[in-house]
Amino acid sequence: MNVTKEQMRDMYRTIMRIRKFESNAQNDFANGKIPGFLHLYLGEEAIATGVCQNLRKDDFITSTHRGHGHIIAKGGDLKYMMAELYGKSTGYCKGKGGSMHIADRDLGILGANGIVGAGQDIAVGAGLSCKYRKTDQVCGCFFGDGSTNQGTFHEALNLASIWKLPVIFVCENNHFGISMSQSRHQAIKDIADRAAAYGIPGVAVDGNDVMAVCEAANEAIARARKGQGPTLIECKTWRWRGHFEGDPGIYKDPKEQEEWVAREPVKRFRRFLEENDVMTAAEMDKIDAEIDQEIADAVKFAEDSPLPKPEDVGKDVYTDFDEEVRVR
Amino acid sequence: MKTMSVMEAIREAMSIRMREDPNVLLFGEDVGKFGGCFGVSAGMFDEFGPERVRDTPISEGAIIGAATGSAATGLRPIAEIMMDDFITVAMDQLVNNAAFMHYMFGGKIELPMVVRTVNGAGVNAAAQHSKSMEAWLTHVPGLKVVYPSTPQDCLGLLLASIDDNNPVVFFEHKIAYGEKGEVDSFDPIPLGKGDIKREGTDVTIIAYGYQVFRALEAAEQLEKEGISAEVLDPRTLYPLDKDLIAQSVEKTHNVVITSEEFKRGGYAGELSAFIAEELFDSLDAPCRRVCGLNTPVPFSAVLENQFIPQTEDIVNAVRAQRE
Repeated sequence: MNVTKEQMRDMYRTIMRIRKFESNAQNDFANGKIPGFLHLYLGEEAIATGVCQNLRKDDFITSTHRGHGHIIAKGGDLKYMMAELYGKSTGYCKGKGGSMHIADRDLGILGANGIVGAGQDIAVGAGLSCKYRKTDQVCGCFFGDGSTNQGTFHEALNLASIWKLPVIFVCENNHFGISMSQSRHQAIKDIADRAAAYGIPGVAVDGNDVMAVCEAANEAIARARKGQGPTLIECKTWRWRGHFEGDPGIYKDPKEQEEWVAREPVKRFRRFLEENDVMTAAEMDKIDAEIDQEIADAVKFAEDSPLPKPEDVGKDVYTDFDEEVRVR
Repeated sequence: MKTMSVMEAIREAMSIRMREDPNVLLFGEDVGKFGGCFGVSAGMFDEFGPERVRDTPISEGAIIGAATGSAATGLRPIAEIMMDDFITVAMDQLVNNAAFMHYMFGGKIELPMVVRTVNGAGVNAAAQHSKSMEAWLTHVPGLKVVYPSTPQDCLGLLLASIDDNNPVVFFEHKIAYGEKGEVDSFDPIPLGKGDIKREGTDVTIIAYGYQVFRALEAAEQLEKEGISAEVLDPRTLYPLDKDLIAQSVEKTHNVVITSEEFKRGGYAGELSAFIAEELFDSLDAPCRRVCGLNTPVPFSAVLENQFIPQTEDIVNAVRAQRE
């Protein structure tokens, strides 16, 4: 695959938007501005970036509880994301979903998902729809290593393989299912090996190398568009933070953490771009500044936005009528 | 006017919509060439082909997930879960995902999908192939739940279910499949509209699914005793036609509710609570429920007959209420 310099510059903007959005969310959560549960994607940014670079606007994705990166990479608007995190009526879900349930049908984002593994079955449905309607659309399905022990993983890969559906199963192996390390939660090292059980290709790549992810995804997506069925891509990475913000991560080996952070994807990509004369440090710094402004604008939009009205609780349960609400 | 069985009416509704709309498709376990476990989709594979009448592996979660994902992206799937007992395997997809997605996502994704599934005891199929799970689903915001009885209602309500832009769970009773009736309309029957199956003045028997037929038999017997029973079939369990129930109760002042589910925590309890909360002043006596027992459904006929709320149980409840 030839990744053009233009595409690399796009990916730089994407990976940095994710990094900065997540860093800001981390701070806003710590400062009490973001309520609820927050699962950050810090350290894993290369995966969403490299995969979604190959997806079109009319392609679909399913995401996870750790979904901000996927949504940004698929084109999500930071204003509406931030407003949703803040629980405001202008958010993607009008304040009804929060961090774990951001979706945008117009961008093909079929939702972040708070149930581990649930997106895998939904991705199969999207893949069925792409194939049934005889389009060359595909569905990228993101999930973590922990979810590969759920029944959904087996059901979805099996169904996608027998129906030859255009689904790209992207396992973000961040080496932990909540507190349980991969070596404790499964007896295999390479999750990509599980592809063999479904007669589909399985590849393991360095998930902190955006170029490696991009190339693997490009190949898998091309296969899917040609009607050759699904692929399992395992991207090996590391979750910097706890499972959720507030989880002190006592189950992590500090040395291992240090080693993985040293291999972190954003700085590494910057280095790559400079060394290969794609972008200068000054050009990247300029993009960084633009993103800082975009984040600041998103925060301001979120802060200035109205809260939902209490009576809105009864709307959107059904498409055609509202539920009764409390009278106080 | 045409005489049809419940099974033929369900097949007819699916076929009508599949002929009209290429985005409607049916999938589930053995629904293809095999024609479905009970034969509901017999012949549809030949008419519509393997893409549109699609066999799935035995993966209930993936069946519902495939319905959800395809409904979110332009199709109008009908997913069949062979027995509602197996819906437990798919509850995460149905409850946490299909039911809630429209709400969680701020109303921006619609899921025009129907889950057809088969309820009910009476064929010596024991605990894991016989129960009635409607209360598990009426409990869940975001789902519509339909449980019709007659061929006409099955046809019209299935058309409306396929047309609906929300996830609809459509229950079919396995014993009712052979019930025949006149079908004179091929139009959708709106969800949320009940029907008076027999008019009466002394007591309202609320029944749905196969219990409607037992309630009608009970009403016949009661008539011989000089008791005029009205049989009200809500047809859709959610949204519920509260107005029709109110009109009937204001006329008869007595209510017996019958359903085949386990009595404890069942939908009959929800109906009873609604009547107690909102129609108390119309009642001459407390509501009575005639439901399945609080046991797993047993295998041996003598035990199973004990489990099932029979016609005579409904008759007895009406009599006891009047004492």
